[in-house]
Amino acid sequence: MTKIKPIITERHPRDKLLRTDRLPHIWCPGCGLGKVLGAYGEAVLKSGIPVEKHAVVSGIGCTGRSAGYLNVDSYHTTHGRPIAFATGLKVARPDLEVTVISGDGDLATIGGNHIIHAARRNVNITVIMVNNFNYGMTGGQASATTPHNARTTTTRYGNYEYPFNMPFLMRAAGATYIARWTALHIKQITDSILKSFENKGFSFIEVMSPCPKGFGKKNKFREGIHQLRYFESHSYLADEHDLTEHAPSMHPDEDLPIGEFFADGGRIDFLSSQWKVFHKDEK
Amino acid sequence: MSEKYYLGKHFMMGNHAIVEGALMAGCRFFAGYPITPASPIAERMSWRLPEVGGAYIQMEDEIASMAAIIGASTGGVKSMTATSGPGLSLMLENIGLAYMMEVPVVIVNIMRGGPSTGMPTLTSQADVMQARWGSHGDYDMIAYAPSTVQEMFDFTIKAFNASEKYRTPVMILGDQVLGLMTSDLYVPHKEELEVIDRKIPEDGLEDYLMYDSKELIPPMAIAGMGYKVHMTGLTHNDKGYPDVSVVAQEKLMKRLKAKFKQNLSNIIEVEERYTEDAEIAVACFGSESRSVLNAVKKAREENIRVGIFRFKTIWPFPENEILDLSKRVSKIIVAEVNLGQLIHPVKENADPDCEIISLPHAGGAIHKPEEILAMIKKEATS
Repeated sequence: MTKIKPIITERHPRDKLLRTDRLPHIWCPGCGLGKVLGAYGEAVLKSGIPVEKHAVVSGIGCTGRSAGYLNVDSYHTTHGRPIAFATGLKVARPDLEVTVISGDGDLATIGGNHIIHAARRNVNITVIMVNNFNYGMTGGQASATTPHNARTTTTRYGNYEYPFNMPFLMRAAGATYIARWTALHIKQITDSILKSFENKGFSFIEVMSPCPKGFGKKNKFREGIHQLRYFESHSYLADEHDLTEHAPSMHPDEDLPIGEFFADGGRIDFLSSQWKVFHKDEK
Repeated sequence: MSEKYYLGKHFMMGNHAIVEGALMAGCRFFAGYPITPASPIAERMSWRLPEVGGAYIQMEDEIASMAAIIGASTGGVKSMTATSGPGLSLMLENIGLAYMMEVPVVIVNIMRGGPSTGMPTLTSQADVMQARWGSHGDYDMIAYAPSTVQEMFDFTIKAFNASEKYRTPVMILGDQVLGLMTSDLYVPHKEELEVIDRKIPEDGLEDYLMYDSKELIPPMAIAGMGYKVHMTGLTHNDKGYPDVSVVAQEKLMKRLKAKFKQNLSNIIEVEERYTEDAEIAVACFGSESRSVLNAVKKAREENIRVGIFRFKTIWPFPENEILDLSKRVSKIIVAEVNLGQLIHPVKENADPDCEIISLPHAGGAIHKPEEILAMIKKEATS
């Protein structure tokens, strides 16, 4: 019988962006959150901004735990409030590059008021919303992005509500960079985060992620790989996507528009606008 | 940008005096949401902060305001918000976060009549218990109760100092009467004031811990210093990492509670007048104490041996001071503009032989001096 030798690798180049002393993480096998963390780490390293100038703010939930695994200044706040917290941090400390990483329950549902107002202000932060279509950590209840008719632990007969189409909402509210990817699109997520760092204003990136133990098990995606296969076969690049189209349905008969939906350098950001008003007498 | 202060004598509104006190204390960030009768604080902050190089932001609600000031303070900027009862109800969630993360912030509550929307334009002192117990879990609150426009200024500086010193949220409990009252104010030079800044670790320490349990109040690394801190509302270990366990909870809560318990004498401030020979004391705070003082003086003219015990800090509760008073007087009248809140800790801590009498008010106005005098006379003769 051959003995299986452990594979010993050098440290991964992005390890220094992780709090390796906190691993293993709490996320389930098949979850897409590790990919988002990896993409963020890659973007931080490529950004040219010193690591100590990056700060991450998270809320509550599975994605809310992201801040706890990233080796930057990181704040794990209350449910739905990371954007408000991040707004305070950024406005008080404009020299920092502030990123919010949280979930759909946190940002689109309980924190819905904060995300639309942050977009309206065009405040200079990046928001990465990992959309797993349900409340994963609390056991798979319906959220504001749960597709119509989907089964969750609180919609046993099917969801009779309709979800938010977040890119459309963000466009209407005033965000100046809007993208949507899936957990398969690591390179694209990384590029979008880098563009968000450069965008003067409010950037919104939605990352659709498998959640086999929460959303998946009740909606024919029993393993993470099943939902990833759906992402692969149903997503199509729609840069000029009509944002009024409905939110992701996760339905086998419907496609999944992804891409960079909106980038507008023309609208003045919060900090510049504030500076302009405060210094209008100076020439 | 240069820092502009308005020094010297003023005839100023209480709410505005709070703003001037805050700026003197080093406040450079304010997030708030309009609410009667606290709005003049936000209004003045919106034009005063740019004059001292700070930032003002009006948030979408009080939940966001509270979150924003905690965020700003983690960036090392002294921060404040101001509200009234309904807004405080929304802030309670993140007041717990500030306590747990140990982030210094100041919350001003210009109390108005409740419950619910109550009486937006009329006064009350009915948020005394909410200030202390409103957020969930076992936590502590430091609450100052000014009673004059000058104290609105002075106590705001004290509030910032306490929040920075103890790394904790601190509340100022004003009310509609004090907030909208215009009176004398003296603004001294900054050099004449004691201003405390939080302890920050030196750069590049190898063994820095955000929540070092070997220290009662560990220094606070701020964002961007390179310490790559982690702060969470979850129960955490010395490093700030989540540790949801019985052992970690007990260890953390023990230190958090000790921060206050070991500093009670440094935090608590009370004032006594006419109590040397008093048989009756009237315990009160804030705007109500103005009426009480008037009544006590009138009673003294009639040779009634009555004194005034004024809480300058309501929380932590001055347990020893009340016990001491209750051993010297036979009766304590608790005069407050609510239906009997502060009387409970007074009863709990007073000597059993001392009679504790409630003088409540449903709100909308403070007691008239005559009403208090009538109660004093009644108790003096019974």
